[in-house]
Amino acid sequence: MHKLMSFAPDYIFYILKGGIKFYAWLGFLAVLIAFALYGFYLQNTEGLIVTGLTSQIHDGLYFANLVFLVGVAAGAVTIVFPAYVYHHKAMHEVTVLGEMLAMTAVIMVMLFVFAHMGRPDRLWHMIPYLGIYNMPGSMLAWDVLVLNVYLMLNMVCGFYFLYVKYSGGEINKKFFMPLIYISIVWALSIHTVTAFLISTLPARPMWHHSMMPIRFIMTAFAAGPCLIILVFLIIRKNTKLWIQDEAINLLSLIITWCLGIALFLTLSEIVIELYARTEHANGLYYLMFGLHGLTKLVPWFWGSLIAMLTAFVMFLIPSVRTNYKLLPIACVLGFAGIWIEKGMGLIVPGFIPTPIGEVTEYYPTMIEIMMSIGCWAIGFFILTLLLKGAIGILLGEVRYGAGKAKKSNDVASGAKSAAYEAL
Amino acid sequence: MTQNKIPLDDPSSGLPSECQAQPEPKDSSEVDSRRDFLKTSAASILGAAALMTQSDDAQANIEWAEHFQGNYRLMTEQEKAESRARLEKRYSAEYGKEVTVDGTPAKEGVLLGYALNIRKCIGCRRCVKACVEENNQSRGQKTGETIEWIQVMKMARGEFSKEKMNEGYPEGLGIQVGGNAYSPAGVVLEGEYFYEPKAVPEKESTYMPIACMQCEKPPCVKVCPVRTTYREPDGVVVIDYNWCIGCRMCMSACPYWARRINLTTPVLPKEAMNPKTHYLGNRPRMRGVVEKCTWCVQRNRVGRYPACVEVCPVGARKFGNLLDPESEVSQILARKNVFRLKAELNTFPKFFYFFD
Repeated sequence: MHKLMSFAPDYIFYILKGGIKFYAWLGFLAVLIAFALYGFYLQNTEGLIVTGLTSQIHDGLYFANLVFLVGVAAGAVTIVFPAYVYHHKAMHEVTVLGEMLAMTAVIMVMLFVFAHMGRPDRLWHMIPYLGIYNMPGSMLAWDVLVLNVYLMLNMVCGFYFLYVKYSGGEINKKFFMPLIYISIVWALSIHTVTAFLISTLPARPMWHHSMMPIRFIMTAFAAGPCLIILVFLIIRKNTKLWIQDEAINLLSLIITWCLGIALFLTLSEIVIELYARTEHANGLYYLMFGLHGLTKLVPWFWGSLIAMLTAFVMFLIPSVRTNYKLLPIACVLGFAGIWIEKGMGLIVPGFIPTPIGEVTEYYPTMIEIMMSIGCWAIGFFILTLLLKGAIGILLGEVRYGAGKAKKSNDVASGAKSAAYEAL
Repeated sequence: MTQNKIPLDDPSSGLPSECQAQPEPKDSSEVDSRRDFLKTSAASILGAAALMTQSDDAQANIEWAEHFQGNYRLMTEQEKAESRARLEKRYSAEYGKEVTVDGTPAKEGVLLGYALNIRKCIGCRRCVKACVEENNQSRGQKTGETIEWIQVMKMARGEFSKEKMNEGYPEGLGIQVGGNAYSPAGVVLEGEYFYEPKAVPEKESTYMPIACMQCEKPPCVKVCPVRTTYREPDGVVVIDYNWCIGCRMCMSACPYWARRINLTTPVLPKEAMNPKTHYLGNRPRMRGVVEKCTWCVQRNRVGRYPACVEVCPVGARKFGNLLDPESEVSQILARKNVFRLKAELNTFPKFFYFFD
């Protein structure tokens, strides 16, 4: 019990302590968050009219980010799965970092839910017993369920692992392993249900096809690891934790496969929809070429396609994907390409034209962009702290009974080591 | 056209029997059995407390109480009455006139239906205007402040012409094997609904009004995560505006684009506000919630026609009880050729189109 009592303060003190670089990063994020809070205030006094949303196109940037981030959360399973199912050693060492990323992504999803709602003050209406939870009818209710359970699973697995490492004990496999296996399957479920959220609506022909869940999962397992590789490379550069090449290389390989399949699915959809060119293809046609002279999304679509294709070719060449100077470029291209494809490129044209044939366009306002950046900033803020704590424990810098020794050590080495540790 | 020769129906006379509802007192024990103490007792205490408080800030107290009220459908009769009284007080203060918030429940043995004669519609859009005035929709200047529940789609008549026989393939429709001897004819979903011609009907146009179809299997109700929108026993799909969380899933799910989001606090001039309201119908909405056509629940529950039916100068709109074989809609279903919009989606609309 004493161990548990000292875990929390040790952990918190550790994650709050860092060098100038660390505080500058957090300060920068805090400024972005402050802007978002102002946007949130406006949205909840003036209303959604401060956004570019209309009754025609009523899901925009927020919903797009929400859908994308569910994918990032699910993508963390690309670390957990090889680590525990294939006993990949390099991956096993850093599994907990994946769990931290998954937690952060789910929290960001919830932030975007708040941004998206017309009445976030009434969200308690969804809490069972206090309000009404429309199960099993509403797909949104299912999504809330799977996301919350996924958050819990990752929290329990991640912090239990960290606590055991901290206290120097042994992991209770009877308790831990089932949770890990459940969380692997659960990662698939969160993105499947999010795909169902939009693909179960026959009113929106662009979304209403059975390819949606697998396409979601493939893009998720490409975009998630792209972000993870970037984070791993930053960790290698800025902390003492050395993430092995094998772990990064395996992630690159996973991206290659998943990005390839995702592109294949996109191209299949284009052929199937545009060959017959029914009215149901209007959304895709608008996205690719524009409709009735409205072409706002056309550059986004082609930009995203080019980014994804370039990233795919880069990942496909072994000498490029193992070159850690070029790898970040491929990762940024893949991540951005999928963000556009699954965000603006999937959500917005679903509303164009409307079910009664009206073609309108959607322009996110500054407030919407500010809010979205702010939500990402909150995510990175949380991710920074969670990763710092996890790395500290993995390195053995935070461990039970080390508090006193560590303190004197810190005084001696001073700010220099703190700056070195800063993320 | 005959548009000026047909007198508008006097709302108080000449109603078909199926439309005259005698509000029946509902069996109170049956209602009480649905009471959920856990859920509603706290809310009712708060509500009562707010009503009893004689502070200067009564308005704020009312809003506070409104905030903690439960879902309307699950309230006891007493809680429903309290909730309506609260609203009446708030609206009356806000709009500077005596506003009533009715709560008349659906009448038993009634399933409402609507039939529209598309051959008669002349595109005057009086139904649109009457609907906005009756149902207290937002009517501001900015985009997003104007809400209309009815769209009268104007469609080009189109033609097939000999001159265009050799113009090659139609553009923009993908890999083509067809000819181009037509301009669009009868394409419902290529119509427009904002037009201000000098006179209607325009020669080159046909009209197709669209509004909520009050589906028997409404996809919007299915997707609502908090069950704030539901099908009433008389078949009308309604929304408890005070329970809506503004997630807009229902709007994504509706194949008829019948729902609107209040992007901001509705712009409703005091003098134009219609004070005769129903809790589930035309009472003023708030920012961030979804609204829709209810076939004027505030009217049809007390034996009046919806505003659009009443105002239609050519009598294209018919309304009544589908369960009564003598009603106008039943007669139309029995004798005319009818169709439903997007029937392939299995939403089973109770809004029928017919022609004669």
